Amino acid sequence: MSEPIAAGFSPGATDDVDEARSLSQDAWRSLRKSTMFWVSVGLIGVFVLMAIWPSLFTQTDPTFGDINNVRAKPNADAWFGTDTQGYDIFARTIYGARASIIVGLAASLTTLLLGGVIGVLAGFYGGWLDALFSRVTDIFYAIPLILGGILFMASFPNGANSNYFVVVGKVVLVLTVFGWTTIARLMRSSVLQVKPNEYVLAARALGASPWRIIKSHILPNALAPAIVVATINLGVFIVVEATLSFLGIGLTPPAISWGVAISDALVAVRTYPHILLFPSLFLSLAVLAFILLGDAVRDAFDPKSR
Amino acid sequence: MRGTTRTVAVAGISAAALLLAGCGGGGNEDNGDTTTGTAAKTGGAITVRGCNPENPLVAGNTSETCGGNVLDIVTAKLVEYNVETAAPENDIAESIETTDNQTFTVKLKKDYKFHDGTVVKAKNFVDAWNYTAYGPNAQQGSYFFEPIEGYADLQSEDPDGAEGPVKAPEPKAKEMTGLKVVDDTTFTIKTAEKVSNLPVRLGYTAFAPQPDAFFADPKTFGDKPIGAGPYKLDAWTKNAEIKLTKFADYSGKTKGNLDTITFKIYQDSNAAYADVQANQLDVTDEVPASAQIDEKYKTDLPDRNLQKPVGVIQTITTAPAKVDPNYGPEIRKAISMAINREAIIKAIFNGTREPATGWVSPVVDGYKADVCGEFCKFDPAKAKEQLAKAGGFKGGKMTLSYNADASHKEWTEATCNSIKQALGVDCVATPVVDFSTFRTQIGEGKMKGMFRTGWQMDYPSIENFLAPLYGTGASSNDSEYSNPDFDAKLKEAAAATDAAESNKLYQEAEAIIAKDMVTIPLWYSTTTMGWSDKVTNVKVTPFGVPDYASISLK
Amino acid sequence: MGKYIVRRILQMIPVVLGATFIIFAMVFALPGDPTAGKCGDRPCSPEYVAAFREEHNLNDPLPVQYGKYLGKFVQGDLGTNYYGIPVKEDLAKRYTITGRLALMAIVFEIVIGILAGVLAGVRKGRFIDNLVTVSTLFVISIPVFVIGVLLQYQFGIKWGLVPATVPSLEAPTSSLILPAFVLGSISIAYVARLTRTNLVENLRADYVRTAVAKGLTKRRAVGVHTLRNSLIPVVTYIGADFGGLLGGAIVTERIFNIQGVGGYIWKGINSRDGVAVVSTVTVLVIVYLLVNLLVDLLYGVLDPRISHE
Repeated sequence: MSEPIAAGFSPGATDDVDEARSLSQDAWRSLRKSTMFWVSVGLIGVFVLMAIWPSLFTQTDPTFGDINNVRAKPNADAWFGTDTQGYDIFARTIYGARASIIVGLAASLTTLLLGGVIGVLAGFYGGWLDALFSRVTDIFYAIPLILGGILFMASFPNGANSNYFVVVGKVVLVLTVFGWTTIARLMRSSVLQVKPNEYVLAARALGASPWRIIKSHILPNALAPAIVVATINLGVFIVVEATLSFLGIGLTPPAISWGVAISDALVAVRTYPHILLFPSLFLSLAVLAFILLGDAVRDAFDPKSR
Repeated sequence: MRGTTRTVAVAGISAAALLLAGCGGGGNEDNGDTTTGTAAKTGGAITVRGCNPENPLVAGNTSETCGGNVLDIVTAKLVEYNVETAAPENDIAESIETTDNQTFTVKLKKDYKFHDGTVVKAKNFVDAWNYTAYGPNAQQGSYFFEPIEGYADLQSEDPDGAEGPVKAPEPKAKEMTGLKVVDDTTFTIKTAEKVSNLPVRLGYTAFAPQPDAFFADPKTFGDKPIGAGPYKLDAWTKNAEIKLTKFADYSGKTKGNLDTITFKIYQDSNAAYADVQANQLDVTDEVPASAQIDEKYKTDLPDRNLQKPVGVIQTITTAPAKVDPNYGPEIRKAISMAINREAIIKAIFNGTREPATGWVSPVVDGYKADVCGEFCKFDPAKAKEQLAKAGGFKGGKMTLSYNADASHKEWTEATCNSIKQALGVDCVATPVVDFSTFRTQIGEGKMKGMFRTGWQMDYPSIENFLAPLYGTGASSNDSEYSNPDFDAKLKEAAAATDAAESNKLYQEAEAIIAKDMVTIPLWYSTTTMGWSDKVTNVKVTPFGVPDYASISLK
Repeated sequence: MGKYIVRRILQMIPVVLGATFIIFAMVFALPGDPTAGKCGDRPCSPEYVAAFREEHNLNDPLPVQYGKYLGKFVQGDLGTNYYGIPVKEDLAKRYTITGRLALMAIVFEIVIGILAGVLAGVRKGRFIDNLVTVSTLFVISIPVFVIGVLLQYQFGIKWGLVPATVPSLEAPTSSLILPAFVLGSISIAYVARLTRTNLVENLRADYVRTAVAKGLTKRRAVGVHTLRNSLIPVVTYIGADFGGLLGGAIVTERIFNIQGVGGYIWKGINSRDGVAVVSTVTVLVIVYLLVNLLVDLLYGVLDPRISHE
């Protein structure tokens, strides 16, 4: 599922990344003017707020199931109705944001780190290290993200008393292990494009340490496309988390998650579709917000599209 | 999938014929179907829902429904169970006699034939039973023969466990001393201890006779089994279908109406149900949860559905004290009183369960209502009081584990909510990835807290709901309950020659279970079926299996 | 060219070995005992377990098991699953179903995706462009399983236009239309956006401007010159997507009860059927890599600037 991004990101974009600082300033200037950017930032702001202080939005306890009031249609007490367990759907949906946001942000960050390090090392040092890293990248690239996720989560299931952060951390881990390859490939090619430039050669000739060259000359120029992809990946990771939870092997109770809620609602889809509707809506909105952000950031960094 | 894998496959093909006065299968007699009063048509072909057998189809090696349902009508046993009452009735047996509950003389009817034309003789039983019981043959039905004298000599202990390099030594004997062939139509069974309900057990598939062809090549036999039942297996296309045709030389009384019954293999009950709705499948024995909400199936399949109680009970078992000391008998009573069975059944199961009031299913002979008493009635105030009296819960939070590959999530969560709200102790329904992992954790003593258990009867007897589950060291005693009083009662009941007396003693044993609240009874199951508008006379056995032989075309 | 293909195929070998080993190791680590569900609600007898483990080489350490497996695999033997059915036989049947499903999804991607993309690109900034942009955005945001469930409910259950689930093993093509659309939905949106972006970019290119200036009709300029160039990244995308489709089929097949490869993997995981899972995934990875190779070769055909010499 991470494939779309690599291809969606125009491969030629890096050609113009010669003067990093001015580019990022440029990007910021164009971002500020983009309505899409502000809409997405607004939406993300709301979701992040939900993740941090869900009680701002609802006073209802999401874990209180009233067995005598199940599958109620939306009403004044329960705005979104209640589900098969008698939980308040509105409260569940608000609390469900936390898992998705944490997984999305954390997994994007970890893949950026892991993919970035491997890509830079492979591109910078070349030789056998490049060959080795490239093959390893190929191997992980050949295992589809969802498939790897399913196998991994089935192999290392959650125990009876796993706490919330272990459960969420495991999903982040699996997304990292099977999701870093796009970034690594991108980083490597960016580095290869930057490396032959005169200023890098000059820095080398002057005896700068490899770390210094990477830090001050390679990274600023190669990082932009990776950040764009990582932003777009945010939405993808949220979807994959929801999918794994939907299949029953991603997040497990006590974690409240949109994917779990959707999967639970399926059984009543013929009779009480509203149970399915609300978590689906919120999940889609969250993904939409991050995709909008990704689009806006990409457009900002890609002068051609302007 | 796994979730539907039942305790044991079930025996007892139907006996529509028992209701009907001597149905000859000619098609002219009244078939006894009181609801419609129409004569059952004979002939024709139907398709029914099937699933992938877990093992080759060998009667002694099948203990799950997917294979068991098929073997049921392919094999004939000494006795069969009445489709309505579950009472055992002689099938191949002419008579089974005993005076002391320990030595049984079995006389066979002379005219039964296997599908390959050979006659069913006493040695077909004895050889088949010895084969199944013999340890190195690794047959799953082996434990059924445990009561027979000499069983232990057919087993051998692997000195370094199943994974060790040393192979288990050869057992002392190949034949049980308790089985003796007298002549072609007579044999005797001697049990190691008194067993009052042995004849009831003999209707289970593991007790089916095997033809000589089986012993010649047991390996390939399982792909095309030969039995003495009303239908013979024609072709088994793996993963697709199992086709059965009527056996012309069948001489029992449960002759089938249809010429062909094809088990179409489904992975998923939703798909089978949709096919029944579209008239592409004739009978499904599973109505998915999605169609049970608000009894949707009754409008989906008007007059083409049926619901019936079956011999299944769902319970909550707690880990043995050595694994998790926080769930003593008094705590269990508090938990039991904190579960709002009625509301959960209504909300989650749409009324398709019956709140349990004891540990024995109402469908069997010997059932006694309300053994559990007030401890199985929902009463949050009393539950809290009981918990305080028991010294409170010391384990922090309670867990109720279930296997996540079947639909247990909803009711475990609702049950936990009920406990949480009544007792004020946090309770979390905890999924275990699948059935195999779930069972392994229980077996290895790694499962803490509460976990779900279900029991599907092997044969319709009160004994089957007690001895295998709560007897010391019994095969399915997950709570590792051990009480000499209880064991003594079981022994006493097994020795009683009078059925009523025996049942009474078993009921006393059940009362001991109640006193110790060994497991927490939840509810008795019903089964729901649906069929296409092509067929009629669909009945369900107390085992929850369609009575295939009595189904007919409209 | 020939040399290039040989080199690529040689490069595939370590990738296939590595990927299968990772999968093999994960399957090996699957908790639980494959025999525990074989005997209904009872634990299997120790004799049964011992016989079963012996038969399926479960007592060997991981590398030995992997070696044995690989040895057989090279000879074209994919092993037998725990139901005693040769995996090859099962896979052959299931690949025809999933293959059809994936191909139909790709047809949807090509027809709907490219058409929408071209329309939007040619009429940049007009209503149709905005419509395509907004609607693809929505499709991309809704997870496949949500789309699947909603469409299944609307078309299959509420309106009854198509079968809600795919009946049994034959899986007639007509019943696969909706699932294929669902499977391809997100890719359709990506293809549309990709086509549009590239088309817009190329329409601004000098050579097109020259062509138009020289009096070529816009239709001809788009049809002959621009489209071909704009489709190169689209082809790459679709190729890369094929593997994703085979993997993503797990979810779609589960919703519509399709007895395809995805369902087989899912079932294999649940019954701890290591051989079935590893073989299926290995074949999947090989198919995926071959399709990628094919795409790279196609690249050369579409874009003469790229040469594989």
